[in-house]
Amino acid sequence: MPVQFSDTTLAEVKKLVARYPDGKHKSALLPVLHLAQDEFGGWLSLETLDYVASVLNLSPIEVYEVATFYSMYNLKPVGKNVFEVCQTGPCMLNGSDEIIAYIREKLGIGPGQTTADGLFTLKTVECLGACGYAPMMQMGKHYREHLTREKVDQIIAESRK
Amino acid sequence: MGRKLLLEKAHVENIRLYEVYRREGGYRSVEKALKSMSPDQVTDEVKKSGLRGRGGAGFPTGMKWGFLAKPAGVPRYLVVNADESEPGTFKDRYLMEFIPHLLIEGMITSSYALGSNNSYIYIRGEYAWIVDILEQAIAEARQHGWLGKNILGSGFDCEIHVQRGAGAYICGEETALLESLEGKRGNPRIKPPFPAVKGLWDCPTVVNNVETITAVVPILNDGGEEYAKIGIGKSTGTKLISACGNINKPGVYEIDMTISVEEFIYSDEYCGGIPNGRKLKACIPGGSSVPILPANLLLKTAKGETRMMTYESLADGGFTSGSMMGSGGFIVLDDRQCVVRHTYTLARFYRHESCGQCSPCREGTGWMEKILWNIETGKGKMSDIDLLWDIQRKIEGNTICPLGDAAAWPVAAAIRHFRDEFEWHVNFPQEAQTRNFGLAHYADALELTV
Ligand SMILES: Cc1cc2nc3c(=O)[nH]c(=O)nc-3n(C[C@H](O)[C@H](O)[C@H](O)COP(=O)(O)O)c2cc1C
Ligand code: SF4
Ligand code: FES
Repeated sequence: MPVQFSDTTLAEVKKLVARYPDGKHKSALLPVLHLAQDEFGGWLSLETLDYVASVLNLSPIEVYEVATFYSMYNLKPVGKNVFEVCQTGPCMLNGSDEIIAYIREKLGIGPGQTTADGLFTLKTVECLGACGYAPMMQMGKHYREHLTREKVDQIIAESRK
Repeated sequence: MGRKLLLEKAHVENIRLYEVYRREGGYRSVEKALKSMSPDQVTDEVKKSGLRGRGGAGFPTGMKWGFLAKPAGVPRYLVVNADESEPGTFKDRYLMEFIPHLLIEGMITSSYALGSNNSYIYIRGEYAWIVDILEQAIAEARQHGWLGKNILGSGFDCEIHVQRGAGAYICGEETALLESLEGKRGNPRIKPPFPAVKGLWDCPTVVNNVETITAVVPILNDGGEEYAKIGIGKSTGTKLISACGNINKPGVYEIDMTISVEEFIYSDEYCGGIPNGRKLKACIPGGSSVPILPANLLLKTAKGETRMMTYESLADGGFTSGSMMGSGGFIVLDDRQCVVRHTYTLARFYRHESCGQCSPCREGTGWMEKILWNIETGKGKMSDIDLLWDIQRKIEGNTICPLGDAAAWPVAAAIRHFRDEFEWHVNFPQEAQTRNFGLAHYADALELTV
């Protein structure tokens, strides 16, 4: 099936482009890649990148350059639930190493891996601006903070539903 | 209780909503500026206030605004830096999440001063839910006539747009931010030209931190001179500090810059002391990039004076015995913590975030990370400590943007102040796997007064 934005997303793209002066539509690239990732299964395939290039009237290389630079764009398929656990100093001071070890044990995967059932991907990430509420992780659009083993159990159970 | 200018209303119920914010005195600064002041008069108030950039460098904001080039017929831009990715820093998030209209109000007033008809907020991509909060506040402001064409009949037009990044600390560096806002990789530009002359789409641009722009609201309301009366010396006004690590009450605090570091850590109004009866070992007072200080040098300067929470006092002693205010990301380590391991996580962070343009930064950050990992895991040699020192010195000052320095400083300070702890890791690799070094040489030097 060819990659194709829904009509609502196309309208959204139009609105984005209108925020910049004439001829500066390239500025819409980061936001449009976010839209594409949300719409096409949480990651950006080569086909998707080419499609975004055509929608924004850019050359494909301009899109590849950007997609490969930023850590939030997934260039490989990910699980239905992505756990992005912060491992930087301030979180480490409050036990992020133990939380990461616990999640690894519970899910049976290491950072960068996805469970065989495709339900979970684990990623370790750098400071997310929640250092005072550590340990923490990002799940989709939201943060889960003050993580404990119990909280992790609960989040995993919730996500399985 | 210290003066609160930014967070005074943050806990009023529903302050996120326009009606409540307005009822509490919101948008008065826009009325005052657009109805009774010229743009230059607004800039003058900011100059008088002594406000210094809250993003990390502490550059005087009024002076920065004064540098903005104003060629006829060329648009000018205000870009608000909400990339907030310096480890330890989470204050801008707090402002935007809880009192979003304060930023919108500050942006309208500042845009008027700078002549920016389209202003942008560049927010780190992970703060996705805050984008919705800001969009909501912008929509409300527009609906009530604070944004759009001919605001309050002044002839001034203004729109505010929110641009989401996508995960890259380097996009907090202002020229990388502008590249990213133009839809490119976040590679910092070579300066000059500075953004004030050639910024967004080659037009004159001012980039300011979120907190800086929100501070414009009380400055306009009360006058720059009133603002300047708060604080000590060139540290005027209030500063948000995001406190984290091993303290009883992590969170975001607004301080007027008149309190001591000791009061900030131990008083119940702020961090509330170290949990579980532990001792203070070290602190990084201004975000991960600034030098770490052992407890004795943190609370008192090398001259034996009380160290205060001001730009000048935190920097007292330079890099030999001082640190920096930086972004206000205040990271506290108790006596259980390992300085080598903490420094390793920071080195890993900078390696991960280097954009890769300059070889000293690209190669040096990875090298430092590897060596620190070896020392931490008992595979280090004594000569590695000197090698680390050499590498950080060769990065510092030899790169396009200050990320190189930011990666070098934490390593340098850790070795300078905690060399015995590094050596202990090398001498006792087995032991270092099972316990930590503890407080060491300055353990009894502390006599607390609070
Ligand atoms: C690597 C790096 C990251 C930075 N990150 C931020 C940031 O997240 N937020 C910020 O306001 N300033 C950041 N800065 C500082 C900006 O380059 C710039 O000085 C600042 O936004 C100016 O605003 P101010 O004068 O209001 O502080 C960073 C600088 C560097 C070198
Ligand atoms: S110092 Fe590092 S982050 Fe900055 S431009 Fe050079 S390589 Fe990029
Ligand atoms: S270090 Fe984990 S959120 Fe900042």
